[in-house]
Amino acid sequence: MRIPPRVAQTVARVVLGAATFFTVAVLIFIIGHVLVKGIPVLSFRFLFSNPEDMGRAGGIFPTLVGSVLLPAVALVFAVPLGIGTAVFLTEYTRESKITAAIRFGADCLAGIPSIIFGLFGFIFFVTVLRMGWCILSGGLTLAMMVLPTIIRTTEEAIRAVPYAYREVSFSLGATRWRTVWRVVLPNALPGIVTGIILSLGRSIGETAAVIFTAGSSLRMPSSLFDSVRTMSVHFYILAREGISSENAYGTAAVLVLAVLMVNGISYWLMHQFMKRFS
Amino acid sequence: MSAEPAEGTKVPKICIRNLKVFFGNVQSLNNITLDIMRQEILSIIGPAGSGKTTFLRTLNRLNDLSPSFRSEGQVLLDGEDIYHPSYDPVALRKRVSMVFALPVALPMSIYDNVVYGPTLSGAPKKAKLDELVEKSLKAAFLWDEVKDRLKTSALRLSGGQQQRLCLARVLALEPEVILLDEPCSGLDPISTAKIEEALVALKQDYTIVLVTNNSKQAARISDRVAFFLMGELVECGSAIQIFTVPKDTRTADFVTGRFG
Repeated sequence: MRIPPRVAQTVARVVLGAATFFTVAVLIFIIGHVLVKGIPVLSFRFLFSNPEDMGRAGGIFPTLVGSVLLPAVALVFAVPLGIGTAVFLTEYTRESKITAAIRFGADCLAGIPSIIFGLFGFIFFVTVLRMGWCILSGGLTLAMMVLPTIIRTTEEAIRAVPYAYREVSFSLGATRWRTVWRVVLPNALPGIVTGIILSLGRSIGETAAVIFTAGSSLRMPSSLFDSVRTMSVHFYILAREGISSENAYGTAAVLVLAVLMVNGISYWLMHQFMKRFS
Repeated sequence: MSAEPAEGTKVPKICIRNLKVFFGNVQSLNNITLDIMRQEILSIIGPAGSGKTTFLRTLNRLNDLSPSFRSEGQVLLDGEDIYHPSYDPVALRKRVSMVFALPVALPMSIYDNVVYGPTLSGAPKKAKLDELVEKSLKAAFLWDEVKDRLKTSALRLSGGQQQRLCLARVLALEPEVILLDEPCSGLDPISTAKIEEALVALKQDYTIVLVTNNSKQAARISDRVAFFLMGELVECGSAIQIFTVPKDTRTADFVTGRFG
């Protein structure tokens, strides 16, 4: 039996439209739910004062600081390492079994549940290296976790830079390094930034890997060797222990808004950058 | 060796001796022996796949970028073998520079495109760079069209303008030899005329090697023409001779349009 084209068209439109609607609806529902429940809790005092009574009262300032510092430490380590690896794999080596193996390894690493990273971080940084629960242990663990993402997205971005650009650069007497620095990386930047944003988002929201390595101290950290509690860990503990669902929602709302803000700002920055050369 | 002691006084800039080029197991060029003179435009014609572009890219070692590339024979630039292990390809490419078939403006400003080569090794004074940019763009017949917007993106230029920008970018390097790989293949007749005008003017100071699919273009602007077929140099002679009384029947067939 043949389906008339007009009917097929209508069916396709309805089915695909429904899929889109469903996706968007889930997103709006989750974000909306968190914001509706959380925003009433928000205030300047909530953001910038210390928690009291395990978080039952008071604010979330130390966890806010933790959620800024931990991803920052992670990116400080992961971004140069990841971009360096990606440049090496794409520009400085020829395709071989070894590069394929490295790529496969990176993909596997990306798929490992974060709690395994947490366990490794706990054993390696916290106990073997005797760093204890601290910002540095947590940041390094997060760095390992997001490294594959940064490597792979940077690699794809570098590959997308037209080969002709490299040829031109070489033909004008540039060395490989100058070509990478002046032509390849600037053109791959939007893709690289996307990878960094993804990683940033992932490390801001990460809970399992962090609770094992940075601990859950509610005190304000004074150095990278102090334990800290991030917002996501705070939220987890508040909700899990039934301490205060009100403050848990407040924390979640800050978390969601922070991630939205990071995305917004990065895309704006990228847009500004792209506008200069198009 | 010098099959053509052409025009008496001219000195060879590049001497190619028994050049063979392979990519993996495939041989792309076979036994090319050819002299390229100073201050001449040598056009290379031939059907697609005859090795014209490969030959051109051999002259500034751009084929080196391909992992399977291998060559035999000699390419002498001012008597020095550029394929000698101790020869620096990066330095070579500043002396023997190239304009590609597709105009590839780098995604940066017009000004930055022109100074890309000169600023690779150290940073010359700004005044000197400004002067260089003006000189190069004028020589490429582009200055009047872009002088008021040097800081805007080069990607906003038209195809013909971009190709002249590519030429200016090469000129800013102050090279000795300019290689052009079908520089007008994607251009309209007016842009083509401008490029040709620039090349003829530049002949005084440079050695120019031009690969072209346009026999008329080769006849219009070149001093000598080399005809390539299936990786071999069939015949090389003055433009007039090649297009009027070719020695080889294969050349005759090609220039009269019987094949290719």
